[in-house]
Amino acid sequence: MALYVLRRLVSTIAVMAMVGIFIFLLLRLAPGDPAAIIAGDTATPEMIANIREKLGLNEPLPVQFAHWAHSILSGNLGISIFTGRPVLELISQRLEPTISLAILTMILSVTIGVTFGILAAWRAGGLVDRTLTALATLGFSVPVFVVGFFLIYFFAIRTRWLPVQGYQPIDHGFGPWLVQLILPTMTLALVYVALIARMTRASMLEVLSEDYMRTAAAKGVSSYSMLFHHALKNAGVPILTVIGLSFAYLISGVVITETVFNIPGVGRLVVDAINNRDYPVIQGVLILASGMYVLINLAVDLAYTLIDPRIRY
Amino acid sequence: MSLLSASAEAAPKGRLQLSGLPRLARRHPLVFIGGGLLALLIILALAAPLYASDPLNLYPFKRLQPLSAEMWLGSDNLGRDVFARTAFGARISLLVGLTSAASTVLTGLLVGIIAGYNRRFDSIAMRIMDGLMSIPTILLALALVSLTGAGIGILIVAITITHTPGTARLVRSVVLGVRERPYVEAALCGGARLPKVLWRHILPSTIPALMIQSANLCASAIMTEAGLSFLGVGVPPEIPSWGNMISSSRLYLPIAPWSVFAPGICLAVTVLAVNLLGDGLRDLFDPRATRRR
Repeated sequence: MALYVLRRLVSTIAVMAMVGIFIFLLLRLAPGDPAAIIAGDTATPEMIANIREKLGLNEPLPVQFAHWAHSILSGNLGISIFTGRPVLELISQRLEPTISLAILTMILSVTIGVTFGILAAWRAGGLVDRTLTALATLGFSVPVFVVGFFLIYFFAIRTRWLPVQGYQPIDHGFGPWLVQLILPTMTLALVYVALIARMTRASMLEVLSEDYMRTAAAKGVSSYSMLFHHALKNAGVPILTVIGLSFAYLISGVVITETVFNIPGVGRLVVDAINNRDYPVIQGVLILASGMYVLINLAVDLAYTLIDPRIRY
Repeated sequence: MSLLSASAEAAPKGRLQLSGLPRLARRHPLVFIGGGLLALLIILALAAPLYASDPLNLYPFKRLQPLSAEMWLGSDNLGRDVFARTAFGARISLLVGLTSAASTVLTGLLVGIIAGYNRRFDSIAMRIMDGLMSIPTILLALALVSLTGAGIGILIVAITITHTPGTARLVRSVVLGVRERPYVEAALCGGARLPKVLWRHILPSTIPALMIQSANLCASAIMTEAGLSFLGVGVPPEIPSWGNMISSSRLYLPIAPWSVFAPGICLAVTVLAVNLLGDGLRDLFDPRATRRR
């Protein structure tokens, strides 16, 4: 087990190093002069030279990378070109809305997705199953922002039940915070509900066809207990995996959802940074988001042993 | 994509050849419905100039008009015909979706086959793919597009780069499964050169998985294009695309919902068609998985 954890950690570090190299090279190897790209179309040659000096672009690539990697590893993500503030500070200011949205989405989609998946597997091939499967396919097919505008139109503009857009920090009160986040959460959760429901169903069906399930039924275990105690526990690993992998989709979804609902989170920060060509900010968010993704999947891998004691490394 | 069963179990040969269209419709309704809908959408997109007016025409006195006999889907905030723009927008979605899927399949196939056969290349390529996979698609695509500015070409390149790792992994896993099969060993022992074996014996076995994958890729590419265009970094605003139509009309949602919903519904229907085709192809090629799913 210790050896496995160690191996997993080493490979995680390797992957992160790879991510670092990509993100570093992205700007440097792009067609054209990175300093000119950052400076924009109206820059004078002096401004471009100034930026080049500031970013250390006059040095050879490996030296640049060493400097860059060193500062990233010591927690310095650089200075935003547009605002002149440290990137880490800009990101941490925007974290609350994004994390609120991500956590609420995960809670909603895991509860509904797993429930739907179990319901569908319970009477596989029946009306409930077919309805849910059709809904899941639909859920995969409607882009996040289309869902968002539909919800805004019907639940905020037409009925005025919920606020159209915006965000309330949680220390202004739990109620307003939650009310503001209902529509964005529903918007973002749709794909995950579909994804998790599908995976749960497939995984449950696999377990339900095992011999020990027939034994359980034969000895008179109630169908509730069969589904939730016997089957769900054994079906947990693939469900957990899909939750980990879907974190990447979650980040992509967050960027778009924040734009639809005008939520001042990290997603808006990136989109604004791209419009301002604020490359250090883009780099910083890319590194943090990828790091989160890698860490979450590491955690998922390590959690397998907790939910399924049969798995030993 | 993660849900895709990457099984190499090829369908019994000859099933498709045996069946005409009606038989396909009965046995694999999803392939029929999804494929038919997609074909219809492609025809409608190609024929757009025949039935729709110029999508760039501005009618400043007819801004935000509701649906009417003259403008079937009303007009947007600049007085442009939403119907015409939606019809022409289909071209962008399908163009980006189909070309990105094709180019991703090619790059994924190339990387995957070589990685499946060459250990040294494999260890390097797969680390690179792991790294690329760890950067969330939209963020990486955003960063790539931001370097050169919005454009359809860079969009296709960005989608291809972000989607290649998954495809390469899929192909590699199929190749690893097939390379030890007796018929491959027999071919090699019989004196066939490696490139020929790859072409004649390995490549065909990747086709079922790749066909399913290309449907998934196409759906994902259409979504990514629309998402990036919606964020304002995809298709340039002067070319009507569903994503940038929604982006430019979003502020007028309360007074002109049609200008947001028309492209939105088309987008959903198109992705649905591609997804149905993908689900259908999975049933067709991997009947075992279907019964379980």
